[in-house]
Amino acid sequence: MEHRRDLPIQWRSLDPKTPDPRAPMPSQLGDVNRREFLSLMAASLALAGVEGCTPAATLPEKIVPYVQAPEDVLPGRPLHFATAMPFAGYGVGLIVKSHEGRPIKVEGNPRHSASLGATDVFAQASILDLYDPDRAKSVTNRGAISTFGAFVSALSPRLEELQSRDGAGLRFLSGRITSPSEGALIDAILRRFPKADWHQYEPVNDDNARAGSRMAFGRYVDSVYHLDRADVIVSLDSDFLYWGPAHLRHTRDFAARRVFNPADGSGRGMNRLYVLESTPTVTGFKADHRISMSPSKIGELTTAIASRLGVAGAPGQELNEQWFEPMMRDLKSHGSSSIVIAGETQPPFVHALVHAINEKLGNTGHTVEYMEPVEMRPVEQFASLRELAQAMQSGQVDTLIMLDVNPSYSAPADLEFSKNLENVKLRVSHSLYYDETAAACHWHVPKHHYLETWGDVRAYDGSVSIVQPLIVPLYETKSSHEFLSIFLGNPTRSNYDLVREFWVGQYKGEEFESFWEQSLQEGVVQNIALSDPLPASLEASPYRARASRPASPLTRGRITSTTAWTYSPPREGETASAASGGGQFRTPQAPPGPGNLDVLFRPDASVYDGSFANNAWLQELQHPLTHLTWDNAVLIGPKTAHDLHANSEDMVDLVVNGRQITGAVWVIPGQPENVVTVHLGWGRKVSGRNGMERGFNAYALRTSDNPWHATGGRIRKRGEKYKLATTRDHHVTEGRHMVRHMTVDDYAKDAGLIQRETHQPKPDQTMYPAYENIDYAWGMSVDLSRCVGCNACIVACQAENNVPTVGKNEVARGREMHWMRIDTYFEGPAAEPDAYFQPMFCQHCETAPCEYVCPVEATTHSAEGINEMTYNRCIGTRYCSNNCPYKVRRFNFFQYAAWDIPSLKLLYNPDVTVRSRGVMEKCTYCIQRINRTRIDALKADRKIQDGEVLTACQQACPANALVFGNLLDENSRVRKLKSEPRNYGVLAEYNTRPRTTYLAALKNPNPEIAGFETAQHNNG
Amino acid sequence: MPNSNFFTPSIGRCYSKNQTMPQIFKRPTNAISRLTIFGGVFVVAAVAWGWASVVYSPFVSGEWTPFDQPVPFSHEHHAGGIGIDCRYCHTTVEVSPFAGIPPTATCMNCHKQIWRDSDMLEPVRASLSENRPIRWNRVNNLPDFVYFDHSIHVSKGVGCETCHGRVDMMPLTWKHSDMHMQWCLECHRHPEHYLRPRDQVFTMGWKPPMDQDTLGRRLVTEYHIEPAFKLTNCSICHR
Repeated sequence: MEHRRDLPIQWRSLDPKTPDPRAPMPSQLGDVNRREFLSLMAASLALAGVEGCTPAATLPEKIVPYVQAPEDVLPGRPLHFATAMPFAGYGVGLIVKSHEGRPIKVEGNPRHSASLGATDVFAQASILDLYDPDRAKSVTNRGAISTFGAFVSALSPRLEELQSRDGAGLRFLSGRITSPSEGALIDAILRRFPKADWHQYEPVNDDNARAGSRMAFGRYVDSVYHLDRADVIVSLDSDFLYWGPAHLRHTRDFAARRVFNPADGSGRGMNRLYVLESTPTVTGFKADHRISMSPSKIGELTTAIASRLGVAGAPGQELNEQWFEPMMRDLKSHGSSSIVIAGETQPPFVHALVHAINEKLGNTGHTVEYMEPVEMRPVEQFASLRELAQAMQSGQVDTLIMLDVNPSYSAPADLEFSKNLENVKLRVSHSLYYDETAAACHWHVPKHHYLETWGDVRAYDGSVSIVQPLIVPLYETKSSHEFLSIFLGNPTRSNYDLVREFWVGQYKGEEFESFWEQSLQEGVVQNIALSDPLPASLEASPYRARASRPASPLTRGRITSTTAWTYSPPREGETASAASGGGQFRTPQAPPGPGNLDVLFRPDASVYDGSFANNAWLQELQHPLTHLTWDNAVLIGPKTAHDLHANSEDMVDLVVNGRQITGAVWVIPGQPENVVTVHLGWGRKVSGRNGMERGFNAYALRTSDNPWHATGGRIRKRGEKYKLATTRDHHVTEGRHMVRHMTVDDYAKDAGLIQRETHQPKPDQTMYPAYENIDYAWGMSVDLSRCVGCNACIVACQAENNVPTVGKNEVARGREMHWMRIDTYFEGPAAEPDAYFQPMFCQHCETAPCEYVCPVEATTHSAEGINEMTYNRCIGTRYCSNNCPYKVRRFNFFQYAAWDIPSLKLLYNPDVTVRSRGVMEKCTYCIQRINRTRIDALKADRKIQDGEVLTACQQACPANALVFGNLLDENSRVRKLKSEPRNYGVLAEYNTRPRTTYLAALKNPNPEIAGFETAQHNNG
Repeated sequence: MPNSNFFTPSIGRCYSKNQTMPQIFKRPTNAISRLTIFGGVFVVAAVAWGWASVVYSPFVSGEWTPFDQPVPFSHEHHAGGIGIDCRYCHTTVEVSPFAGIPPTATCMNCHKQIWRDSDMLEPVRASLSENRPIRWNRVNNLPDFVYFDHSIHVSKGVGCETCHGRVDMMPLTWKHSDMHMQWCLECHRHPEHYLRPRDQVFTMGWKPPMDQDTLGRRLVTEYHIEPAFKLTNCSICHR
């Protein structure tokens, strides 16, 4: 008898809410009686008749050539340009596809070191913002449409007056700025107005890390982590795979070490990740050991690690946890190939201690490096905003210019920003959308989308990209360079001239033109990287000098101190400006309990800090952990829910220090007891039609002195219910074992186990004739060890394949149209579950159940093994969807695709049909990309090379979890991956013979802790 | 019962006990009913034929009908008479799915020298001077769910003439084929009936030097034309 395991129960939901197919559907027409129904039917019949009589031939389509053909454009063939997206100030290197002048798809730039070609959901969805019909389109004066000229002439007398008093009373507020040319402009403005001041505020900032590095090094430094060099990673509440400017590179490097390499020592090539966290995160669910704890305990734990490693000055702290000793032994034994990472949300002393811990472990210079901040002016931003709010309150500010920020919405509640803003005599906002701040301003000047503008931006590692436009601005907007140059008396300078001139000034070599061309083409400015933090001429700028930084001269390049390191607790008063918590971890006044909840604030996975609130792709994207769409919720754990008698979808008041918000509860597995998590960015009051009044505004509870963690929260039930649209329970697979996993040690002992556990019928056990494959047999491999569940693939697929959004009500009915989804499967107790992410999309079965039941042959099998979907044949019986065991087919119940919004027509990929009502659709393996490549190969009389066709999901994936290719090519990557022993087909026992197969997830738990976990699970 | 009651309705009439119900229809009327059933088949067939011949007729598909254009451009004159190569104007036909419609600047390459004052060319000159494109009426139009690629057809030996007809004889351009799916499939199933050597793709009025099928079969092998099984996959044209 072969060894088989009792597979543990896998679950997706604490509280399954599968839409009951037998429940009566609410009427689409509302309440209609028989008489009204008949008259409606008569009306629609009459309309149908009218439509039927419109002969297509009487309206010949127009064909409109160029007057002068642009040099490089071949109509019908796309062009690709390198550019970069500024996201929270940092650059994401991109290659953008353009069809006859319309950018339609964003991809990562493989030459960009910060992403190596990966993208995240925000980069993928940013293209929708460009064509958003709700963008601000013209200058407004107190809400009334005006012109840029009128704005400039209204501002000019004020600027003259300001200049006469050296700019006293003039303040600027911007987000994080890493753009060297913008920095130079700001510099020039501050020279012109010496008494003016510049403030910066990002709602999601790294103040704590800033303050921590100041405590540790006496100045601001940024940490750079090399996860590919680390064998052991300890995360202290850091979601480094999902957040932060380096998360794409982190995921790429982390995933590169989630592979099995038997030759590589005891760890077999695989890294080991410990995550100690206070709320579930994507990173936590990827961990080999995820330990959830109350937020205030993270500080204690850090101190315990530091004192165990003998960091001088660290207060003695012992931790009596079973996993602690084995983890410490693991850390110590891996010496310089480990990393300890502190989360942004942790107080500064944790960051300072972590610097000391990494130093003690010998990681500095190997897995951890330090560099000068890439920001033009690194400040602690809550302090900066507080300073501005106080100045406004005391009437010192008479002109406030706000650059792409929305503080009226996103400022912490204690600063009373909106109230103080009214004291300012002239308020101007420059942003992409007409938002809360714009509504509170006298003037709003709309901003270019980054795909319309020239500019430059730096990534977290210092590399500089030139932002080049893909399209002429669609509306009467201005770039930030053009806007800033108003204050230099040049309101008519073009942003191309401004950016180019700056780089002409910076470039020291010969032949500027070739340097410029190359920088544009590659998407990265050469010879400026980690070791060369700043263009030299900016070093002495007043802008930088005024930043609150120590006066000591900066050493250039990496700070790799190897001297003995002492942790010195901060002196009194030193942390006054530092955000959050000061030098010691706080001991809570009362123990946490249902009447004293810890409330955590986190950026949202869909709308970030609120700036993507109007993006329907992101609104409809399932949250990676809660699977909620179109809303945020008050997240609590199962135990707390039980204590509070609250259930998912109960409306509650969340009260913290006298401030309160009202939202719906959502119970999530893995949340520690007595901890409430709320996501920022929702509850917008002034936004486009998608963003308004969705969810609740968590900024209303946030304070500037403790922006990530509040104590003393209380939850009051209101006795009402609120419908949340979640995809968590959609397309359930009835408890079948979709995800297979093993520990790496078990895998080394018995690699064949996964395949023995999968019952795969023999090739001749089918009634149907085998399909012949000619030249190519396309297939895909999905590595569950690598996938981190970041959702980038979903949005990439949506952008590539013209997938529509359906809105909250339709999602609640289970009608979301995404061609792919990422299922999260849990195992173990709800309080401490293990989680696995599984991307699921059409499996392109060789014996596809959908094909046999289609009465009109709208879904057929191609000679290359693709399960094709022919929309124009489909009559919408939905038999195929019923017969699909993977539940990956999507039906257009209504006309979801937007056909009547002119700007959105520009967004559509011309290589993919825009589907109409009544048609089934599903993943096509990006057939348009295969066809284009096949045609190119056929014209050149050659075969398609391995890696030449990338599907949209594969191209976006930061973890390289998806690999597509030709199974007939013996040397293809996909074939090699499929020959691994952990390769398995999901539901292969049905003899569907899926072309997409999965590599079982491998985990690398510490053998000394594994026993502990099992015991705990049994108790749970 | 007298024959004159043949069409008299009998409903509601009273009969005595010994009377049987009278026969309403006489035996010869059976012939009429047989004819009706038999004829019905013909009527349905005739209607179907009539419908099909309308739907598949040039009246609906629009072939053989010259399209009005903002400028009465004559292929007969330019391609036939002067002998300008197709690719002089349709520049992207070998590299892109779309053959390309020439920009105004291409017209003006010659017409800034010749026929400079022609009234007929006024829209062309206006287009250049006002930087406003000429809006031509599209002659050959496929539904939006069909993805046709000129470049692969041209490179595999499908002549322009095969689909577009004798363009060099069209004073105003018209559609040469109905461009129904059946018409596409005819060639995708039997490419050997239609292929010509690559160097003859742009020739108008080309005649095969030997039996077309013999030549076609040779070219199918030589040009690595994919088998009909693959060329008739839905996803070859629909995506």
